[in-house]
Amino acid sequence: MELCYMPAHELSRLLRERKVSAIELTDAVFSRIDAVEDKVKAYLLLLREEARSQARAVDAALAAKEELPPLAGIPLAVKDNLCMAGVETTCASKILKGFIPPYDATVIERLKEQRVVFTGKTNMDEFAMGSSTENSGFYPTANPWDLERVPGGSSGGSAAAVAAGEAVAALGSDTGGSIRQPAAFCGVVGMKPTYGLVSRYGLVAFASSLDQIGPITRDVRDCALVLNAIAGHDPRDSTSAPQDVPDYTEFLVPDIKGFRIGIPREYIAEGTAPAVRDVLAEAVHLLTSMGAMVEETSLPHVRYSLPTYYLIAPAEASSNLARYDGVRYGLRVEGEDVVAMYKKTRNRGFGPEVKRRIMLGTYALSAGYYDAYYLKALKVRTLIRRDFDAAFERFDLILSPTTPTPAFKMGEKVDDPLAMYLSDICTLAVNLAGLPGLSIPGGFAGNLPVGIQLIGPPFTEGRLLRVAYAFEREAGVAAKRPALEGGQNG
Amino acid sequence: MGNYESVIGLEIHAELKTESKIFCSSSARFGGEPNAHICPVCLGLPGVLPVLNKKVVEYAIRAALALNCEIARFCKFDRKNYYYPDLPKNYQISQYDLPLAQHGFLEIDTENGRKRIGITRIHMEEDAGKLVHQGTVTTTPYSLVDYNRTGVPLLEIVSEPDMRSPEEARAYAEKLRSIIQFTGISDCKMEEGSLRVDANVSVRPLGSKEFGVKTEIKNVNSFRALQRALAYEIERQIAVLEEGGEIVQETRTWDEGNGATLTLRSKEEAHDYRYFPEPDLPPLVITREWVEEIRRGLPELPDARRERYMSEYGLPAYDAAVLTITREIGDYFEACVRLYPHPKTVSNWVMGELARLLNATNTEITDSPVKPEQVAALLKLIDEGVISGKIAKTVFEEMFRTGKDPQLVVKEQGLVQITDEAELKAVVDEIIAANPKVVADYRQGKDKALGFLVGQVMKATKGKANPALVNRLLKEGMKT
Repeated sequence: MELCYMPAHELSRLLRERKVSAIELTDAVFSRIDAVEDKVKAYLLLLREEARSQARAVDAALAAKEELPPLAGIPLAVKDNLCMAGVETTCASKILKGFIPPYDATVIERLKEQRVVFTGKTNMDEFAMGSSTENSGFYPTANPWDLERVPGGSSGGSAAAVAAGEAVAALGSDTGGSIRQPAAFCGVVGMKPTYGLVSRYGLVAFASSLDQIGPITRDVRDCALVLNAIAGHDPRDSTSAPQDVPDYTEFLVPDIKGFRIGIPREYIAEGTAPAVRDVLAEAVHLLTSMGAMVEETSLPHVRYSLPTYYLIAPAEASSNLARYDGVRYGLRVEGEDVVAMYKKTRNRGFGPEVKRRIMLGTYALSAGYYDAYYLKALKVRTLIRRDFDAAFERFDLILSPTTPTPAFKMGEKVDDPLAMYLSDICTLAVNLAGLPGLSIPGGFAGNLPVGIQLIGPPFTEGRLLRVAYAFEREAGVAAKRPALEGGQNG
Repeated sequence: MGNYESVIGLEIHAELKTESKIFCSSSARFGGEPNAHICPVCLGLPGVLPVLNKKVVEYAIRAALALNCEIARFCKFDRKNYYYPDLPKNYQISQYDLPLAQHGFLEIDTENGRKRIGITRIHMEEDAGKLVHQGTVTTTPYSLVDYNRTGVPLLEIVSEPDMRSPEEARAYAEKLRSIIQFTGISDCKMEEGSLRVDANVSVRPLGSKEFGVKTEIKNVNSFRALQRALAYEIERQIAVLEEGGEIVQETRTWDEGNGATLTLRSKEEAHDYRYFPEPDLPPLVITREWVEEIRRGLPELPDARRERYMSEYGLPAYDAAVLTITREIGDYFEACVRLYPHPKTVSNWVMGELARLLNATNTEITDSPVKPEQVAALLKLIDEGVISGKIAKTVFEEMFRTGKDPQLVVKEQGLVQITDEAELKAVVDEIIAANPKVVADYRQGKDKALGFLVGQVMKATKGKANPALVNRLLKEGMKT
């Protein structure tokens, strides 16, 4: 197998056995980038020289027989809303063009301790607002399985990079499905951890009460390895959970006998594509054959996820994005006075979806509307959480499609925000309830990957990984590779 | 005022003197080079998160207890959204519907005795930075921003509309400053902006139960300005009503130079702050154990100290009040009394000579060049008859100027009192011989004449003569 398509845990072994060097691996990934990046456009910024020097340092350490962490030397891509000291961080927004943070996000700091090789910053929907990466302020990213289709979003660049062999693993962020939906569209593994498991320090905020950073990887074991590296309490994030984290690889045993799995009927609604239903049915069949008990259940309030989410997330975003005003960093468009400068800067710097959500959020928080919108949404959020609590009294975890359809065509939904929002319908409630959600490849609809989502109670990432690991071994879906064809570039 | 009554409530912001800022580890100290006390967190750079400084909560609880408030068991932070270049996130982390403390009070002295002023609420928030304009705000070609103050912890203390005159408002503000200052959590210096006062004021016909339309006055930079601004505003409102007009709800600014309040912005221009719970900070749970621990550590507060000065030291009410305006004045006084246990004499000196020289040189009592032990030593010199009370004032001025001990000043300047009877007798005899007419007056019973002669002796001895001895010698010398 080509190096750039091998999972991190295998590469880690090869590095340790000195069968491959870190610089060879890094060069292999960058050769792949050189070969396909003009079609995929997964990256906003490449860190070729920095990556090569990090790789050489790992090789030197290996030669000196140093004890190295599991992810040492692994080429990993980072979504461009994660701050890396000295590296431009734009959130794919013109308003942050030129912003170079003077500090590392906690997850970056932890991956640096792992001696990961950073390949670059990946494309995304501007400020993580979108489901197709078409809202990037710079250019869209293509789905490696069909270049005419979107990779999903907002972490589309990260998912596409892993799928196309342009990175071995990646970090994304997930506010309403932004890791899981692109992972499903690109046929890779993506996890949104429990709210509070991974520090948000250094993640440019979209909606603070919903945002989580998580891994996008080739397989379930890699997901556990990256999660091991990034999870755990951080005193710089007051919402990070003050508890110890286990070694997630210890959960990876292929035994799910007696697991009780619920399938909420609300997740298989009218808009669900037949091919997606088929993949889910096959998955149920497989899990049952492995000894799990699968039953239908109901989460009555999840049908309010979309309106609830589109009040809470924009409300927080309207405040979080207020700081981009041209005063201190990033874009500034001069005006006759300071208010004119604010208006011109924000008008030119933000794209239409970001403006739409700022307006939605500002409205929802305005005097006279707060109770009817924002406060009501908070109450529904509690009801949604209680639905899950009730379900988890009967089930160990919940299974659903990750998305109602496979990857859609570029341009198909850009003029219909509501249709675009509906592509996150299966993932939103997980963020509202603060739960862990894991999307793994479940099968195919033609040549397009279809993801299935596992949801568990808070801090049961280990349980999700165990079931996913067992399923992955039996289903054998991960073996297929994208063709990188189709579309005008193909 | 005539047939009107004014209704006043105050909103006071006090900066807490913690080591670090409220949500990051940058220094919270006043001053410094512009933008020296900053970090990514207080600058609100993309991706950073606030972490609450526990000391701020402790200080806030201390103030709340000193002001007789109920401390919430559960409170939270909220975002107050508005755009201004000195506010890097364009929202201020504050507390909205669940503040730290509520339902407190303090007591002021009025013409009609003690009066209780209610405190509605106390909450914690972060301060904003400072804009430096080139000239005035309207003509400046550009402005500079100093973020040193950004994120310095603030307490906002809101009173009930319980004050009925500018004097009461001033008494409340001064009392609040005393109490806060006693708890040691804030310097409360209006000139450095560590204490800021905004006033809400309305007027209504005497006997009316309903409130009139209020205006808010900002930019009062001293207690005197507060009183003047309120007096002006009350008169202005009454004049408007007398002419049949209506008060407009608005924010006004105090123009110290012109002695007038001016419209700053109308109610229509008021912000919609779009408060919502701060998602980056979990709610704050305050245990009763913690509150009690803080209560046990509270220092003696101004009212209690004033009572003690009256009962323990027998000081008059006026002295006790003046000596308890700040904790430092009282501490100074007590340090003197410990070494020289005559409280009223010490009080006279601290409130008199010392206060006069401190004021004249704009010096804080903690920086006084004359230390309590030196005051005590000086007072002992008087008692021992080494110097007279009059000379002592000269000595004290020199001590204040140079920081020298009183014994040294007396010695260097040859100010030791003349108590040698033979030496003084010679002077007295000379004075008696030189003033036959005055001596005759004295002998005819004019007591004033004696005073004149004492003065002459003092003049001849440059004030060094022991006054009691001079008196005796003069009387003896003029006996017929």
